[in-house]
Amino acid sequence: MPEDYLPILAMVVVVIGFAAAALVVSAITGPRKPNPAKLSPYESGMPPFGSARRRISIRYYLTAVLFILFDIEIVFFYPWAVLFRQLGLFGLIEMAIFVAILLVGYVYVWRKGGFDWD
Amino acid sequence: MTLEPWLITVIEALIKVLVVIVVLLTGFAYLTLVERYVVAKIQSRVGPNRVGAAGGIAWLQPIADAVKMIMKEDFWPAQADKVTYTLAPGIAVATALLAWAVIPLNPAITVFGYTINFYIADVNVALLFLLAVGSLGIYGIVLGGWGSNNKYSMLGALRSTAQMISYEISLGLALVGVLMISGSLSLVKIVEQQSFWWFVFFQPVGFVIYFIAAVAEVNRLPFDLPEAETELVAGYQTEYSSLKFALFYMAEYINMITVSAIASTMFLGGYQGPFGILPGAHWLILKILFFIFVMMWMRGTLPRFRYDQLMRFGWKVLLPLALANIFVTAVVLVLIGK
Repeated sequence: MPEDYLPILAMVVVVIGFAAAALVVSAITGPRKPNPAKLSPYESGMPPFGSARRRISIRYYLTAVLFILFDIEIVFFYPWAVLFRQLGLFGLIEMAIFVAILLVGYVYVWRKGGFDWD
Repeated sequence: MTLEPWLITVIEALIKVLVVIVVLLTGFAYLTLVERYVVAKIQSRVGPNRVGAAGGIAWLQPIADAVKMIMKEDFWPAQADKVTYTLAPGIAVATALLAWAVIPLNPAITVFGYTINFYIADVNVALLFLLAVGSLGIYGIVLGGWGSNNKYSMLGALRSTAQMISYEISLGLALVGVLMISGSLSLVKIVEQQSFWWFVFFQPVGFVIYFIAAVAEVNRLPFDLPEAETELVAGYQTEYSSLKFALFYMAEYINMITVSAIASTMFLGGYQGPFGILPGAHWLILKILFFIFVMMWMRGTLPRFRYDQLMRFGWKVLLPLALANIFVTAVVLVLIGK
């Protein structure tokens, strides 16, 4: 029912208002004495070198792709879990097939070292 | 004058939202104090004992901290991406607070013929809403790390993202077992079903997996790689000062309260007391405080994981365990024919 979401909309408006107000208060209170050293990136007191936007390890991308795969799996799990008691044995077998296909991929990634970070 | 029904709904919701936010912010302020005392006790120190101290407790310390934070200089580093740098703390705290829209706090009571429900919204996909909002919280950290354009921030944000999305899978799967028993995604219905048997008795493995994944999700020790102070200074928060830093801190503590509340709601019966005695919000608060105390205890005693150990544990241990838990639950449910 769409009207069930009205309170959530009210909450969204309030929390956005709170966050915006806090950011504005933060910007207008307190002293403002910038100098080049203060505004430079913090690198433990050493003069900063190079850009922070450098290339990053491929493993982060791999993790992100794996996350998408398994997160979609979870999305399939939720409606199945809610209706599980009505589906009974049929639902169990269906899900076993679905998970078995996924497990093939999971074992493949494991053997290929997709989960290793050392 | 009669008000439109939807207007009454909105006004009622606004009042509840304000109460919940004020309680959460006060709770956050005093949790920082509680954490300092718990860690101090573990390390045989005294803890804060100056600001407004009475009976050995510095009652005004959180207020002093807040005033200090507000009066600090708020600056934008020269190299930072101004828009994302500014928005990130706001996103972090807004998503942390938003999760409380669907958590039931107390059984409904009737005053002068008007029924008051102690939840802001009872939607039929409440749990999906919680997980969705929880995932949005990552944006605050990523944008903060990227926007700061600082190497420490960038590394912290990257680590945090990989860690949170990895453990989110186990987190989501751990809750599936509860859904199979309850047959509903509405948290209000899930709590009502636990009036006698809490779901932790049927889902002990799911409960443990959920708690471990939740600790990783809120970046607490032993999973605090994103802000490992010995190597990354403060991770994604390195370039932040003033209230912007306070907002990140607030988001972290409110997320702690939120995951504790979800654990209590899904596994420990939410506001239901043991054996159905005296259901009420005080039970929920007690359970939340218990979980938070355990997290502080873990912070005081456990060393930090190494990053490869962390990822290996998430993908190679928790994930198969969570899948096995679902499968066993399914087989048992089919066998007992319920």
